[in-house]
Order: sequence, then structure tokens, then C-alpha cells
Amino acid sequence: MKWSEFFVTGEPLIYAADVAIVLTMIGIVFVLTYFKKWKWLWDEWLTTVDHKKIGVMYIICAVLMLFRGGVDALLMRAQLTAPNMKFLDAQHYNEIFTTHGTIMILFMAMPFIIGLMNIVVPLQIGARDVAFPYLNALSFWLFFFGALLFNISFVIGGSPDAGWTAYFPLAGNEFSHGVGNNYYAVALQISGIGTLMTGINFLVTILKMRAPGMTLMRMPMFTWTILITCVLIIFAFPVLTVALALMTFDRVFGTQFFTMANGGMSMLWANLFWIWGHPEVYIVILPSFGIFSEVVSTFAQKRLFGYKAMVGSIVGIAFLSFIVWVHHFFTMGAGPAVNSAFSITTMAIAIPTGVKVFNWLFTIRKGKIRFTTAMLWSLAFIPNFVIGGVTGVMLAMAAADYQYHNSYFLIAHFHYVLIAGTVFACFAGLHYWYPKMFGHILNERLGKWTFWLFMIGFNVCFFPMYFLGLMGMTRRMYTYSDGLGWTPLNVVATVGAVLMGIGFIVLCYNIYYSARYGERDMTGDPWNGRTLEWATASPPVHYNFPVTPVVEDIDAYWVMKKKYGGFHVKEEDLKPIHMPSNSGRPFWMSVAFFVAGFGLVFKWFALAIAGALFIVLGLILRSFEDDDGYYIPVDEIKRMERAARKGA
Amino acid sequence: MGEAAHRYDETMPLEYRTQESRLNILGFWIFLGAEVALFATLFATYLVLFQRTGSGPTAGELFEVKDVLIETLLLLTSSFTCGLAIFEMRRGRMSGLIAWLLVTLLLGAGFITFELREFIHYVHEGATMQTSAFLSSFFVLVGTHGAHVSLGIAWMILIIIQLLQRGLTAKTARKVFIVSLYWHFLDVVWIFIFTLVYLLGMVI
Ligand code: HEM
Ligand SMILES: [Cu+2]
Repeated sequence: MKWSEFFVTGEPLIYAADVAIVLTMIGIVFVLTYFKKWKWLWDEWLTTVDHKKIGVMYIICAVLMLFRGGVDALLMRAQLTAPNMKFLDAQHYNEIFTTHGTIMILFMAMPFIIGLMNIVVPLQIGARDVAFPYLNALSFWLFFFGALLFNISFVIGGSPDAGWTAYFPLAGNEFSHGVGNNYYAVALQISGIGTLMTGINFLVTILKMRAPGMTLMRMPMFTWTILITCVLIIFAFPVLTVALALMTFDRVFGTQFFTMANGGMSMLWANLFWIWGHPEVYIVILPSFGIFSEVVSTFAQKRLFGYKAMVGSIVGIAFLSFIVWVHHFFTMGAGPAVNSAFSITTMAIAIPTGVKVFNWLFTIRKGKIRFTTAMLWSLAFIPNFVIGGVTGVMLAMAAADYQYHNSYFLIAHFHYVLIAGTVFACFAGLHYWYPKMFGHILNERLGKWTFWLFMIGFNVCFFPMYFLGLMGMTRRMYTYSDGLGWTPLNVVATVGAVLMGIGFIVLCYNIYYSARYGERDMTGDPWNGRTLEWATASPPVHYNFPVTPVVEDIDAYWVMKKKYGGFHVKEEDLKPIHMPSNSGRPFWMSVAFFVAGFGLVFKWFALAIAGALFIVLGLILRSFEDDDGYYIPVDEIKRMERAARKGA
Repeated sequence: MGEAAHRYDETMPLEYRTQESRLNILGFWIFLGAEVALFATLFATYLVLFQRTGSGPTAGELFEVKDVLIETLLLLTSSFTCGLAIFEMRRGRMSGLIAWLLVTLLLGAGFITFELREFIHYVHEGATMQTSAFLSSFFVLVGTHGAHVSLGIAWMILIIIQLLQRGLTAKTARKVFIVSLYWHFLDVVWIFIFTLVYLLGMVI
């Protein structure tokens, strides 16, 4: 590789990005040095094993990635607003839709969900941390450096351009010469390993670390969805691991898995990708269902309707999600028998999903509803998601799918489920749990502005796409000619996209505004919550609970409030608390992963091996480590409890 | 974590006594579940591709029966000796434990040596992982297993060192137990490789 190919050149947009990146980095270094914050950054964040801080870092990254993916989206909408636009050329457009899709699913939706679950799940089950705090930090940093590796592709070496599905042979060496798809394979691999470890970690946490009295059938619904999501992760992500490894072998070492000669089979990639990919979309939607369940029940001020049916339908959805993947390529030509079978399994998913929708509706029915921002997102979710689900069932009819497949109809479908499902849930969860994370409430007025702008913008943007699809507009086309009649609806869609962009800006402003002027949450329970996370201070002291709470029923904290007027801690019950020690190793090991990955992308094997050696070194040091954490003495706990509850 | 992490239960075998150990062992079982999914995917890939030999040799033309039988024998025996090591550990006998671990280790190293020989042999015949889809999937499936075994050997060495340094404690016992789970798992995977790759390859 020549140096002139190392940096991406030739586009004013790219040069602007280069300048912006360099300036931002200088700015960060300057601020950290000027305010003498390096030590603070290292001690409090980079080495932390506290699930709440790790969760916050996940969410910060997710919001940044939402920005990046959103800019990609606006660029695409700009290009498609009018026929024959010259704003982006074909290659550039290909790169942008590829990074948009990959980033939104893997580096926005996933970390947002994982961030929320990090913060909330241990609190909801009355635990002091996750089962493996060190591993949790490693998971985060692997995600972080995977995302970083993916993102630098657009200024160093060139972005992937074969779609987020990276179908072969397009993504193979025959048609993609640059390093772009190497980035895809390696960066997703690194962060995927982190996700798999998160899955294992939280499954053990939920199975083994619940507070006394919290039987499985008393767990909060969000925790239930995370439990099942972990199972999905554990069985789906290894498939991605293998698929990406084979892709790497094909691209970097010249093997023949998905090639067009010597027996390679490109459809094998499509199958492997979707055997992971379909469960993956449920990995981001099930936790969303959990968030809505919590929010709806809190703000309808009623116990969740049909708890058992909810649990059953989550399990049912999770099971079905593994046996529907062929619906993504009915047009492959597998034949009527196979297509019909997968058609039926796909449609069957609508049944448990419908059960959940009715349960939410019955929870709301006759509730004393409080229209907070979080509740607005949840209420809007129901009809919008139903539109996405119904069009999903339309797509599931194999014969009809020959018409819809890869058209804008499909684009509209999955945005109606992913945005109205996952993104609305992330926003609902963010507003709902924000006081738990930062100790102050996100301004409700600004929150409602965001809601209306974004929700209306979303419908204005994506509803027309159903019709564009029916009119014959196919996905991933970078321009279209005049006279097809597509222009008006495309203009409408762009307007909607801009509205969503404005909504996002209001959200960011809200974060700033509320940090400065937001209402502090002194009680720890600003929404009159029902589950145990509201029994802690806002933000919770790092050990969460001074004594482990005892659970008597579903909605544990609600019951405590009704029976005992709250969660009371007697100072004489305090015992020393055992906590895990911080460690810098997850951070530097992940840097080593980054370096090794970078070497692999550019086929600089010496660099790759050097990185790998550091990974091995990290593993060895971990094995020999003899650190059993430390104890917080009772006096210290008393002091911290008084400080946290000051003003309550 | 919390006090729970250090709840000590005398009635359990040594490796299960602390809460932390119980969490680790459960976590490892779940990890093995993920490994099952990983190998299942590799097997599926192999089964889809193994007759797509392109211009390269077929499985029947290539495989060396003798090497494979020796490998199988070595690995199966090592699983047995690994079981003996755990047996000795449960009886609290350090010397027996370490001795059997060493035997296991040597058998594993023997397995790797023969596997490498086998691979080198194939490469000399011109059958590399770039030759055909069949060979790509063969080398990656069997190679992934081999890499796991090598990792297991390195890991076992680290644990033996720790046993010598720290003696048999709740923590070292747990580590031995977990590595033994890993070892048995790799044995099971090998049985599938033996049947689905080698036997099938020589029959069809
Ligand atoms: C009732 C439930 C659902 C049904 C019946 C359904 C059905 C389908 C079908 C048949 C396709 C393939 C269409 C084609 O390629 O022609 C599809 C694509 C897709 N669905 Fe769904 N779906 C459902 C729910 C969801 C949910 C909950 C999500 C995510 C949160 C989701 C995300 C996607 C994505 C991302 C794609 C397309 C990805 C791509 O090709 O790039 N779907 N869906
Ligand atoms: Cu699907």
C-alpha cells in the first residue's frame, strides 16, 4: 500500500472531517491538561469496573454514534431529494449507506441498550455489581475500540462499501479491492467479542445475584427481557464470530469460502449473516419491550398487565427468532417448500408480539396516566411499531416478497420497527433513568419538543417510503431519473429527516441545559417508581445498596413503599461491603486488540502479531493476578449514606 | 458482588466453595454453550462445502488414516487422565493432581504434534487452505480445534505454576476444574471432527 492510498483524499467533505478530527483531538488534550483532568479520567473512568459508570460510557458512545449515523443519513437524504443530484457519487453513496447501517445497529442501538442494561439491571435485582466486573470493563473497551477502528476507516484507508449485510461476492476480493471491508470484518469482530462476554456476564448476574425473595417470576420485566436477550446473544453472536472470521480469511489470507471459483459459495455468507442477523434484530428489540413495560407501568401507575403472558411471549419470540432467517432472501430461489416454511415461522412471530401489544394496552387502560416524556415515547411506540409489524407480515409472504424485496417498502418496514421500537425505547429509557444516572432530571419541556419533532419527523420521513417502494424505487440506489414520479415523496421524506435531525439537536441541548439548570433529584425516586433501582440514591453510591433489600412481590419497591413507607436501612445492620478493584488492563488490552486489528486490516502482519502478543500478555497477567478486591468499612458506609441522602 | 461473594460453603467440593467460584463455573458452562454454537457453525460450513473441491483433491484422496487415529487416541486418553487429575484433586492430593495434569499436557502436545505433521503433509501435497472451498473449511474447522487445544495447553501450564506457588486453595481448585471442563469439551468436539470430517470423508 502506498502512503497516498493510506489517507483518504480527493473529497472536500473528507478534508473537512480531517480538520475537524484533528482540532477535536487537540481540544480534548488541551482541556484535559489545562484542567489537570488526566488522572481523574484514568482513575474514575478508564479503569473503572463499576457497572453504572460503564453504562454511562456506553451511552455517551451510543449518542456520539447516533450523531455520526445521523449525519450519514442526512447526506443520503440530501442526495435523494431530487432526481439526478450530483451531491454524492455512486461510490461515496455506497460507503455512506454501509457505514450508516452498520453503525446504527452495532455501534448505536447495541451500546445504547447495553448501556441501559448495565446501569439498570444490577439495581433492579438488588445486586452490588455484575457477576464479572472486570470482564464487563473489558467488554466495554472492546466495543469502544471496535467502534473506533470502524470509524477511522473513512479517513484512513477507505470505508466499507458493500452494505451492512456485506454480501458476497460483492464484499470479496474480486469486487472490493480496498481495505474497507477488512475494516468491517475486523472491527465488528472485536466489538462482537465484547458483546458475547456481556451476554455471559449478565446471564450469570441475573441467574445468580438476585436479592433474596426475588424469584424469577418476580423479576422486573426489563430484567426478564435482558435475561432472554443474553440467551440470544450467547447463541447468535458465535455465528457472527465465525462468519466474520471466514470473511477475514477470504479477504486477508485468500481462502475460498465465499468466492466464485474453486467451490466457494457466496450464499453461505448470506445464510450465516442472517442466522446471526435475525436474532440480532430481536436482541435490540426485546430490551426495548422491557423498557416500555417499565415505563408504561410506572406512568399508568398500575402493575403490568399479564406478567406471565409477557414472559411467555418473550420466550416465544426468542425461540422463533432463530428459525426465520431465510425470509431475508426468499428470492434466492430455495424453492416453494423452504420458502413456505420460513414464511410461516416468520408470520408466527406476530402472535407473541401481538400478545405484548395487548398487554401494554390493558396496562394503560384505566390507569392514572402521567404524560411524561418517557411515557410519550412509549405511547407513540405502540401504533408506530404496529405499522412496522404489519408490513413485516406482508413481507413475510414469500410470493409477495418477490415484489417488495429490497425496495423502499423494506426500508420503511425495518425503520418502523427499529426506530419506533429500539430508538424510541432508548429515548424513553434515557429520560426515565436519567436521574438515576446523573442525579438530575432531563428537562421535560425540551424533552417534549424532542419527542414531537422526532416522532412527527420520523413518520414524515418513512411513511412515504412504503409508497416509493410500491412505485418501484429500490433500496441502495444513489440517484434516479426525472419523470418516474418519485420526486414529491422523496422531498417529503427529506423534510422528515431534517425534522428528526432538529429533534436530535434539541435533545443534545437538553442534556447541556439540564446539567446546568435541571431539577436535582434528591429523593432517588422522582417518578414514584415500582422497582428496586428507585430505592437507591440518585445517582447511587458505588456499592448501590448499603444492605441487600428483601423482595416480597413483583414491583418490589412499590410493595416496600406501601408496606413500610420505603426502603429503610438501620445503621446497626450495616456490614463491611466487598467491592472489586479497578483495573487498567481491560483498557490497554483493548488498545492491543485495536492495534492487532489495524495490522490485520492493512495486512501489516508484524503489527498484528505485536498487538496479539500484548493481548496474550494481558491474559497471563490476569491469570496470575491475586486481587480479591477490598472491603468498605462500616464507618465509611455510614458516611457515604448520609452524604448521598442529604436533603432527602 | 458484596458479602455474598465470599460466602464460604464447607459442604461443597473445594472448587465450589466460594460464591465467586460458583459464579465463575456457571459462567464457564455458559461460555461452553457459546463455543458449541461456534463449532456448530464451523461444522455446518464444512458440511456445506466439503464436496465443493474445485480443482483440488477430495477428502477421500487426501486424508491420512494413520495420523488421525493416533491423534484420536492421544486426545481421548488425555481426557481420561484429565479426569484422573480432578479425582486426585477431590481427594486433596497435590502430587497426584500435578502428575496427571502433566500427563494430560504431554498427551495434548503429542496430539498437536501429529496434527501439525498431518497438516504439513497436506500442504506438501499441494492441498493448502487456498486451494478449494473444501480445504478452506477443513483447515479452519480442524485448525480452530487445534488452536483451542494449544490454548488449553498453555493455560494448563499457567495453572500448574500457580498450584506450585499457592498450593491447593479454593481458587486454584476452581481454576483446575474449569480448565478440565474446557479440556473435556475439546475432546467432545474432536469426536465430532473424527466422525463428520474424517470418517465421512473417507466413506463418501
Ligand atoms: C412481526 C414481526 C416482523 C416480521 C414478520 C418481519 C419480517 C421481515 C421480513 C420478511 C424481512 C425481509 C424482507 C425482504 O428483504 O424482502 C424483514 C427485514 C428486516 N426486518 Fe423485519 N420483521 C418483523 C419485525 C422486525 C423487528 C422487530 C425488527 C428490528 C427491530 C426488524 C428488522 C428488520 C430489518 C433490519 C430488516 C432488513 C435488513 C436488510 O435487509 O438490510 N424486523 N423483516
Ligand atoms: Cu429477519
